[in-house]
Amino acid sequence: MTSALPSPAYPLEKVRLDNGLRVVLAPDTTAPVVAVAVHYDVGFRSEPEGRTGFAHLFEHLMFQGSEHVGKAEHPKYVQAAGGIFNGSTHPDHTDYYELLPSGALELALFLEADRMRAPKITRENLDNQIAVVQEEIRVNVMNRPYGGFPWITLPPVAFDTFPNAHNGYGDFSELEAASLQDAEDFFEKFYAPGNAVLTIAGDFTVDEAAKLVERYFGDIAARAVPERRSFAEPVRAQERRSHLVDKLAPRPALAIGYRTPDPDTELAAFLAHYLLTDVLTSGDASRLERRLVQQDRSVIGISSYVGTFGDPFDQRDPLLLTIEARHPAEAPADTILAAIDEELDKVATDGLADGELERVRARVASGLLREADDALGRALSFGAFELHRGRPEMLNELPALLSEVTGEAVAAAAAGLRAQGRSVLELRAGAAS
Amino acid sequence: MTITAERASVIPAVRPTLPAELPAVVERTLPTGLRVLVVERTSVPLVELRLRIPFTGLGAEYAARAELLAETIFTGTARRDRVEIATAVQALGGALSTGVDADRLAIVGSALATNLNPLLAILAEVLTEPTYPDDEFSGERDRIVEDATMALSQPAVIAREALLGRMFPGHPYGSAVAQPAVLAGVSVAAVRDLHGARISPRGAILTLVGDVDPAAALDAVEAALGGWTGGEPEKMPAVPALATGPVIIVDRPGAVQTNIRLGGVALDRTEPGYPAQRLANTIFGGYFSSRLVDNIREDKGYTYSPRSSVDHYLAGSRFSVAADVATDVTGPALLEILYELGRMAVLAPSAGELEAARQYSVGTMALGSATAAGLASTLSGLAGAGIGVEYLRDHPAALTKVTAEEVLAVSGELLAPRRLVTVLVGDAAKITPAVAALNEVSSAG
Repeated sequence: MTSALPSPAYPLEKVRLDNGLRVVLAPDTTAPVVAVAVHYDVGFRSEPEGRTGFAHLFEHLMFQGSEHVGKAEHPKYVQAAGGIFNGSTHPDHTDYYELLPSGALELALFLEADRMRAPKITRENLDNQIAVVQEEIRVNVMNRPYGGFPWITLPPVAFDTFPNAHNGYGDFSELEAASLQDAEDFFEKFYAPGNAVLTIAGDFTVDEAAKLVERYFGDIAARAVPERRSFAEPVRAQERRSHLVDKLAPRPALAIGYRTPDPDTELAAFLAHYLLTDVLTSGDASRLERRLVQQDRSVIGISSYVGTFGDPFDQRDPLLLTIEARHPAEAPADTILAAIDEELDKVATDGLADGELERVRARVASGLLREADDALGRALSFGAFELHRGRPEMLNELPALLSEVTGEAVAAAAAGLRAQGRSVLELRAGAAS
Repeated sequence: MTITAERASVIPAVRPTLPAELPAVVERTLPTGLRVLVVERTSVPLVELRLRIPFTGLGAEYAARAELLAETIFTGTARRDRVEIATAVQALGGALSTGVDADRLAIVGSALATNLNPLLAILAEVLTEPTYPDDEFSGERDRIVEDATMALSQPAVIAREALLGRMFPGHPYGSAVAQPAVLAGVSVAAVRDLHGARISPRGAILTLVGDVDPAAALDAVEAALGGWTGGEPEKMPAVPALATGPVIIVDRPGAVQTNIRLGGVALDRTEPGYPAQRLANTIFGGYFSSRLVDNIREDKGYTYSPRSSVDHYLAGSRFSVAADVATDVTGPALLEILYELGRMAVLAPSAGELEAARQYSVGTMALGSATAAGLASTLSGLAGAGIGVEYLRDHPAALTKVTAEEVLAVSGELLAPRRLVTVLVGDAAKITPAVAALNEVSSAG
């Protein structure tokens, strides 16, 4: 009844250098642009106790200079070549990337190799970036309503161990305690070439790029690669609830965290959870929009997603499926929770309506194609798939994998959410008018 | 930062990138006035859709009606209810959403390219047979009132509203968020009337970019939307002349940061000085490699994301500066911003700064057109300002000719501190003394 979903078919080559660096090459000549991404297998779940926020601070330090590149020069080289750049810190990885006109590929590879060899960090630059990160936290968390809700505030309700529960942005006093020695140790331990993936996507030829990669990255000395830690925690049977008061927020909010299956060992069930979030909150035809926005009118807005930052494929187990709502004070959290439970029960018991799975899959597949049209989006996806799953080709395969997810699997996902002990965080509005 | 010759020797040279070919725009204007632009782009099997409808109107009540129309236009047609519309769009692998500002109402969409015709059919239904069901409207209105209340609690929104109000008093550009109390008073009848009067193909532009045959796509648009008719759009009144004056402080007691905002007049894209202005903005604060970032972030650590921008609107373009800084360095940060603006206004940039800004501007224009979605948005925005696709070729060419003297001249006119207005949102008791040492201060309402 449903036709096959269109899939991307980007050609891919994988190479591994002698020093252990994994390289993914994905040529495509649609536009004269090229994206370079480096994913390191360390995120804020791996940072040491007493140094919360260090993985993110270290990301900033990687822009402070290296052997041949002075402080703040990395951005200048990239931008003077007509490119853009950034870096971001995730639970299980840190990425650095550039998108440039294709003639600047060699420059980008040089810059990434130079800092993979070793960043050059001074006390002055460390102090400067601690101050910059503190301003980042003030602007995104402390000075605004709903700041850090729920990505910082839900994990301590959902998890018990330090890696999963702590604040990845970091505590101000712990950021201030960061030393040059900490930075050296962190780099030595986690930034080994064997702990990284280099991805090139866009307008280049594989032969030329492979030569440039060998030239710039080949002589970086191999180092020991840390063993990948397990952050596993048992799925709780009992609900856990907590609340906080946000003194800047004019209306209350609610976040519910559920554990998903492990994407590595239970991919099909994991993908059913991913599709379930679209069944629940994607657009006016979705279950919770209809129930809570259109019928009950008990929420101002509702969303659901898998993964800390809404990308289901950029971290490893354990991870959360989160439902998040902002609501008027007149609609109590318990009423909203009860309605969500009812809707999950309906999916679990009655399954999906005729055509519901097909339309949700069609929308998800076209969304994936749209993201992949951007060379940078493609490079980041290929890199994350290689780093976490060893399978960059998953980007091409996802539509086919999604078309194998059945309505029964989505119903089972909903039943699974109902069976576990969810984590509920209420945000109380300290600035209610 | 100067890059030494010794270093330059190990840094790989950038090979010049041949610019992409100018997209082939196939165009037709329907007898009803709707202008249709189509570009074939086969990189992904999708089609991107952008519809801009002129939506100028005066007064806070108008802005609130426009906002509610945009939020409820998909809640019903003569043939389908809200859920049926959403279900149909999703089944096409599609999405449709709306946004409105003082210039235009925009409908943004995409779908699998093979589904262009049904997507256009739904669009036509929404444009020509909307019902705005009473009950859907009142529910959405209550929700939007709450939504606006939450938006207005965000310091960045408070700061933007304060700056716009300061720059454009009494003009539709003077606010970008409809006030909750005004939204609450809008009736469904007023929104239906607004749709009848203003959702018109006169002056509207539909842009399609994707894996479609242009001739067939134009025919499909004509078949689906040929029957959509309507009257002439309103003319936007001229913006009031910018009256400079004291720094305005909006008090936010207990704020741990101050939102610093400066604003002034900018040139439109069609004016001869525009290429120089673009580079002046870039050098000052338009990219990470700018003086503003070097100074108050990378040197002093006062802020995370300081920036400046030039934004284009139909009745006039604007230059703005934004930095969110720790409360206790508000005075020092404002001093440095004024210093950097003054330096732009009285001294020419170095050759290296000019060249970097030029390459960045040319390169990032190309990056912006590299995806179907990016190209559709770019072309739609240009067409709305009466600018054709050749801008994507001619503007980079013009950027290559800009001299340091031209950047200085345009900066003296547009970036000079005396040409700008300043608003601060922060803890007034803590920040006023230092700010008052630099400029006259007045508190907001």
